[in-house]
Amino acid sequence: MAGREGAEVVLRLDGITKRFGPLVANDAISFDLKKGEVIALLGENGAGKTTLMNILFGHYTADAGSVEVFGQTLPPGHPRAALAAGVGMVHQHFTLADNMTVLENILLGTGSLLSARLNARAAKAKVQKLSADFGLSVHPDAKVGSLSVGERQRVEILKALYRDARILILDEPTAVLTPQETTALFETLRKAVALGLSIIFISHKLNEVMAISSRVLVLRHGRLVGEVATAETDRHRLAEMMVGAEITAPKLADRAPGAALMTLTGIRTAPRGNAPGLSGIDLTLRAGQIIGLAGVSGNGQSALADLIGGLEMPTGGTMVLHPEHSGDWSPRAALASGVARIPEDRHKTGTVADFTLTENAVLEAYENAPYSRKGWMDWSAAEGFAKKIIETYDVRCPGPEAAIRLLSGGNMQKLILGRALEAGPQIILANQPVRGLDIGAVTFVHNRLIAARDAGAAILLISEDLDEVMALSDLIHVIYEGHLSPAFPRGEKTPAELGVWMAGQGFEGGADAA
Amino acid sequence: MRLEPIPNPSALRRFGLPTGALALTVLIASALALLAGANPFATLGLILKGAAGSKFALLETLNRATPMIFTGLAVAVAFRAKLWNIGAEAQLYGGAIVTVLLGTGALPLPSLLLLPVIALAAMLAGALILLGPVLMKTRLGVDEVVTTLLFNFIMLLFVSYLLEGPMKDPMGMGWPKSPALDKAARLPRIVEGLRLHWGFALAILSAIAVWVIQTRTTLGYEIRAVGLNAEAARFAGIPVGRVMVKTALLSGGLAALAGFSEVAGLKGNLTLDLSPGFGYTGIIVAMLALLNPLGVVISAIFVAGVFVGADSMSRAAGVPTYIADILMATALLTMVLALKLTTTRVRWR
Amino acid sequence: MDILDILLSATFWAAVIRIASPLIFATLGELICERAGVLNLGIEGIMVIGAFAGWMAVYLGTGLWAGVGVAMLAGMLFGLLHATLTVPFGLSQHVVGLGVTLLATATASFAYRLSLPEVTSPPKITPFQPWEIPVLSDIPLIGPALFSQTALTYLAFILVMIVSLILYRTPLGLALRAAGENPASVEAQGLSVTAIRMGAVIVGSGLMAIGGAFLTMSAFSSFFFEMVNGRGWICIALVVFGAWKPSKALLGALLFAGFDALQVRLQQTPMGAVVPYQVFLMVPYVLSILALILMSRRAEVPAALMVPFNKGER
Repeated sequence: MAGREGAEVVLRLDGITKRFGPLVANDAISFDLKKGEVIALLGENGAGKTTLMNILFGHYTADAGSVEVFGQTLPPGHPRAALAAGVGMVHQHFTLADNMTVLENILLGTGSLLSARLNARAAKAKVQKLSADFGLSVHPDAKVGSLSVGERQRVEILKALYRDARILILDEPTAVLTPQETTALFETLRKAVALGLSIIFISHKLNEVMAISSRVLVLRHGRLVGEVATAETDRHRLAEMMVGAEITAPKLADRAPGAALMTLTGIRTAPRGNAPGLSGIDLTLRAGQIIGLAGVSGNGQSALADLIGGLEMPTGGTMVLHPEHSGDWSPRAALASGVARIPEDRHKTGTVADFTLTENAVLEAYENAPYSRKGWMDWSAAEGFAKKIIETYDVRCPGPEAAIRLLSGGNMQKLILGRALEAGPQIILANQPVRGLDIGAVTFVHNRLIAARDAGAAILLISEDLDEVMALSDLIHVIYEGHLSPAFPRGEKTPAELGVWMAGQGFEGGADAA
Repeated sequence: MRLEPIPNPSALRRFGLPTGALALTVLIASALALLAGANPFATLGLILKGAAGSKFALLETLNRATPMIFTGLAVAVAFRAKLWNIGAEAQLYGGAIVTVLLGTGALPLPSLLLLPVIALAAMLAGALILLGPVLMKTRLGVDEVVTTLLFNFIMLLFVSYLLEGPMKDPMGMGWPKSPALDKAARLPRIVEGLRLHWGFALAILSAIAVWVIQTRTTLGYEIRAVGLNAEAARFAGIPVGRVMVKTALLSGGLAALAGFSEVAGLKGNLTLDLSPGFGYTGIIVAMLALLNPLGVVISAIFVAGVFVGADSMSRAAGVPTYIADILMATALLTMVLALKLTTTRVRWR
Repeated sequence: MDILDILLSATFWAAVIRIASPLIFATLGELICERAGVLNLGIEGIMVIGAFAGWMAVYLGTGLWAGVGVAMLAGMLFGLLHATLTVPFGLSQHVVGLGVTLLATATASFAYRLSLPEVTSPPKITPFQPWEIPVLSDIPLIGPALFSQTALTYLAFILVMIVSLILYRTPLGLALRAAGENPASVEAQGLSVTAIRMGAVIVGSGLMAIGGAFLTMSAFSSFFFEMVNGRGWICIALVVFGAWKPSKALLGALLFAGFDALQVRLQQTPMGAVVPYQVFLMVPYVLSILALILMSRRAEVPAALMVPFNKGER
């Protein structure tokens, strides 16, 4: 898509500034969006992309600056005004009510709240037409709770289209999709642009930005640091603009795997809600090897993580630890068997926000000497441990007595990493270990994991980010509907080939095997 | 409007806001006094005088505070683990029943042995009463707020049955009350001649014990972790269900001590009006103390003072004594709001 | 008189309907609050203030319907207090709810003593009278049971239908249910979660207060301190029992009232001479707990119940 000189400006951001306490999330950001254009908003985690779009959409109010849509200034802080002006937003975390149907979710808030009826029939026809026009197939009467991640995203896009949005904002839309689904999404976006819509595409993935956008805006630390036509740049230059330095991929030296430390054979677990359980999984974790688990979220990753982490018992199959473990399988048993765990959600499961760093540091070991003796806590020993982690893992914090909620995500993750690694684990379960971290913290975590692997630990890396899995793993499994693909050695499969597996093809009996 | 967290609230915020909450409460009290046709200053003065104006008044306040310290501690311990024990009233009566059961001649022991035995048995009863709702919560996911509340009503009916049936005082002339405790089962006064019994000392000791448990022991650490983030606690290997049960046993036991102390220290027998809602008042006491066990002692004395003061004010000034209940409910609501505003800032845009 | 005789008497069924009526009002009120994501533990106190305010208004000379209006307004006022503290400020719904119950109960007691300082027994008003629906009330058994009730009872049953219709058939109901399931979905579609939740709590509290007023203005004719006696807590159990659906909640209220009416009558039978009356009086509370246990495994809880929503939370 070529630049569109002289095309109508549909959206203008002027001097948007937003502070959260001492942090300047957006620093005087201005840009225009033209009709029929796809702008990519590129920046690493924490660069301020989402904040900027939330201001544009009215979820936040800016401290300074204004938003103009089709020449009209939007009143700050009113999503309703943004919607009425023709702005539609597809949020990174879907904003759907699970207990309602697709149609109900789309209809929500479209008419007057006080009108007596929902005009469901006409609405359904319109939704079906939009689905066909934009290639967004989803059943209008299906309960949202029963939909896959890809389908939910289609509902989000339909919500915007149903309101006749002229400007679409998509916040990291591909993070949860398979490569094939991403391609389909891009098809939809191209159709939208052909129909005269304008799009802001938020991402930190360079190849996608190169594929879909006509212009790239780069955000770093809340500032707009660059603006280039996509045709006139390449991935390398974009990467440098985004990070301020060249990105170095993690280096994984070849290494022969060691002995098996955990063997899962035919493991099954109970399904939970809409997510499938594991249905007969075989997996061997070996010393000095990183196994990457690729897959669209919600395909059984949590079940596998909980199983290895001691939070769930299998309903079938065998799970053998070397050396063998007997007795109940629980988080404590897992810890005692040398399994270290980095949980998926560091805020909800990894830490207790109102606890101090010290209290969080001993969360998994508080019961053991020297932190606890005969039921009494030894707080000075605990503080010593916290201090050690703070030093060794470079945790930036006011001190061990500070509440952990005051820390940035990266520092919080470093504490969790330190807590896990200092126990000298044999097996490391790393579930989305770098999600939402900035590039510095990402590199830190990755290097520590590689070091642990080189020191002989068996690592299971679970990630939705296929690039991360491909860069870091000795062996890759794809998980789909609770089934596990064969192990693919590093470099054997291309992203597109893995994407086919992520979409469920290749599993016994094809996509419908599950 | 929206709320934004304040990482490090200033001292002004931390002390000013709670003070403002109390000021607002006093303001409302004045308005109520005006409404009742009384002079607000005189009314407040009378409440103060009634609560602490004389040695007698002060002792009365401390006496009234005693059961509130126990129920306040029971609530503070439970709420710390986000266990919503609203059933301190039922547990209190459980303790009272056991006290009468064992204190009316069932155990021929000397007083120094008998009293601890009764106290422990009472605690056990209270603990068991809370165990039901807690197991329903941890095993079945039944909300404990409603079950503990409903248990209060069931317990009161049970006491009514006991007092009209098996535990009826034969010399009671038809009144539903239990026989009086033996002398050996009565808690003596701390100082002969002053109307303050050893229950008060036991309450203070309990507060210190709870404080030590919360800050120094492994169990205390577990309770706090479970209360602040049960999911993280479970992930880290803390047995959340077991911690809940232990918390419940402690909480129920403390509430039952209120019943023991009232019967053995003050009343000498069990009647249906043993507790004028001490279980519910415990919630206010605990919240005003920010769930701090040592703070519970102070807030219980404060709350008791308002009730005792309002009683004597009502007789003198004609303002209904229920003004105390309104004040305490207001204090509770304004205080939780003040606390929230200590750590968050309201942004109107 | 044995159980069969009781079940075949019109007075029994009339009593069932009568006992169910206040529960229906209050249960619907609580259901509306919870469907929007707010647990309203103020219910018990709001019923008390409704019972008092409606009765006092009529005693002071307003008409019966105006009294109902006064009760509702009083309830809505406490609902506003609850909503303000729990919705925009996001305070603990447990603590605020209990605080509102304590405050409303205390306010009713205070106002009662203030307005009637000397009396030993509360004055009576002329309550709603049964309103016999022509033709229908002549049907044997069913007629006297269903169709010679007071206007407030009819209103309770009509309200079940209205609330059902609003919840499932109107844009407002859609927004309400979404607010209780995922408030972000409401916000993203340009609606105000705060407004919807506050509105739900205020209206719901109004209904609870009418439930209370039913006691003083239809079931009895004066106000007593302990008259609500845990009915509010029972209604919270009924909402769970009814899986947050108005029609099922109605069924629960009727079932519950059936057992309540039965226990009163069983007290008069030979069984009542053997079993202490307190055991009969325990029945409603025990049943509520049983209902909660029974329904515990079938979680259809609104996903965002008790989860405060802070606009633009990061």
